[in-house]
Amino acid sequence: MPATRSLPRPVAIVAAGISKFGAFPGKSSRDLFVEAFLDMESSASKGMDARAIEALYLGNFSSELFEHQGHTAPLIAEAVGLTPIPAVRVEDACASGGVALRQGVMAVASGMYDVVLVGGAEKMTSLPTAEVTDALATAADTQYEIPAGFTFPGFYAAIATAYMHRYGMRPEHLMNVAIKNHENGALNPNAQFGVSISDWMQSRIAAAIKKGKPAPTWQNVWDFLHDDSANPMIAWPLRLFDCSPITDGAAALLLVSAERAADYTDHPIYIIGSGQASDVPLHGRSDLTTLSAARNAAQQAYQMAGVTPADIRFAEVHDCFTIAEIVATEDLGFFPPGDGYKMAEDGVTARNGAKPINVSGGLKSKGHPVGASGIAQAVEVFKQMHGLAGERQLKGDVSLALTHNVGATGSTCVVHIYERKN
Amino acid sequence: MNETTMLPFTHASFQQHLSAHRLMGSRCAACGAMHLPPRAICPACRSAQMTWVEFSGRGRLAGFTSVFIPPTVMAQAGYGRENPYLSGVVELEEGPKISARLLGLDAAHPEGISIGQPLVVDFIDQGDGEKRSTVLAFRPLS
Ligand SMILES: [Zn+2]
Repeated sequence: MPATRSLPRPVAIVAAGISKFGAFPGKSSRDLFVEAFLDMESSASKGMDARAIEALYLGNFSSELFEHQGHTAPLIAEAVGLTPIPAVRVEDACASGGVALRQGVMAVASGMYDVVLVGGAEKMTSLPTAEVTDALATAADTQYEIPAGFTFPGFYAAIATAYMHRYGMRPEHLMNVAIKNHENGALNPNAQFGVSISDWMQSRIAAAIKKGKPAPTWQNVWDFLHDDSANPMIAWPLRLFDCSPITDGAAALLLVSAERAADYTDHPIYIIGSGQASDVPLHGRSDLTTLSAARNAAQQAYQMAGVTPADIRFAEVHDCFTIAEIVATEDLGFFPPGDGYKMAEDGVTARNGAKPINVSGGLKSKGHPVGASGIAQAVEVFKQMHGLAGERQLKGDVSLALTHNVGATGSTCVVHIYERKN
Repeated sequence: MNETTMLPFTHASFQQHLSAHRLMGSRCAACGAMHLPPRAICPACRSAQMTWVEFSGRGRLAGFTSVFIPPTVMAQAGYGRENPYLSGVVELEEGPKISARLLGLDAAHPEGISIGQPLVVDFIDQGDGEKRSTVLAFRPLS
């Protein structure tokens, strides 16, 4: 059991912003971060003066491979007019954003800074898909895993086969996660694929008729999702709609000490728990159906916050693949091992369920600009806690929330717990 | 003493053994723990006293996938939507697990493959001369 740690002083989020997620030819990660930064400035209910910002922590996985640009953090700082503050890039694969947030939390909690910008940005769509796949593969063990032919969908597919064998889940159960997250994402104007799978299917039928082709005979979304032409196999048992997309996007948060919070808002969102852990490559683990780094990070965060999984009102979890969300809801202690897929099937994790998961649409529908995803999760928490989530706004108590951000197959996991106290 | 027993506990040494069709890991001289891939430091007891050990090559399937959208290197080798291939995690009878290609099973019908399937090691040699390399694989134990 990890030692219980506490923050030397409280840290609050007082502003949060996000760019549109999608594929944007002609926009670099800098341009996307400017969008997120401006959205963040406009979210500070009492306004903000960016000249108060003392440091930047930026999550970015691989600007080298995606944009042929290293040393990204000072350029991002420059793009939003913050030179000469210290600008630090944080890389932990798809957990880069969540880890950057944790670095920012530690920087404020330590007393070193009072006002810190944390952000994430990734520009992924300028490469062909095969090269994006190759770039993402560098987050795995390129000595022992990649030569075996594994891709990222392949790793999570292997997790799914082990899970199916142990718990009796079928591939169809995974589709419940995709359907739910696309329904949520349809209500998120920043989402890359902000459309329900049902509406997606109808638009495919309409397009076929318009072109004078025979209309597909799908009776419902299940027909659609079982059709290889509509939902092709990527890495069995995972199909296209089990996978998060390739995305350009950025997100930003303003972290301040408690004493400074009232300068920006009457409703600061306190980060009351933070945990992070690492793990060996997938094949080195005794159990393929759980991410021990997630369990470890969650335990650290729960202990720091002094709360239990049952206290959490809603969560944004790392659904890079549908199976990942199911495993996450078990690793976080929301459901016992083997129950996660049943809870998705029963609607417990739906927007109107007892434990709403990925109300933003998740990585699946909102999009997954890898270095930005961990920050975007916290942006959704901020929006829900401030009643700014529009049509997807949760009803009822949203005062306690959790984010779960994973690097690779769980070689890194970082968990944060957030509370709105008033 | 075989000259390969003096090799450092690195990936390059692992590959050198693999190209000789030997699945070699490391054994901790202090606590006896076996490591595959080979390790220079034992995470169980912190000892750095290791010896090379050959694994039997027998194991069972712990998790797998059939890859229909391959990475560039596999696409160049002719794999793809019409010609998928299998990758898996294999649990060796000595305990450790390793990632490997799976041969002799039907990648087009992965629903027929069972977790727990008994497997035996195999080696895929590719390229010639300087470019020759060996990829770890397993196939059903017949
Ligand atoms: Zn040892």
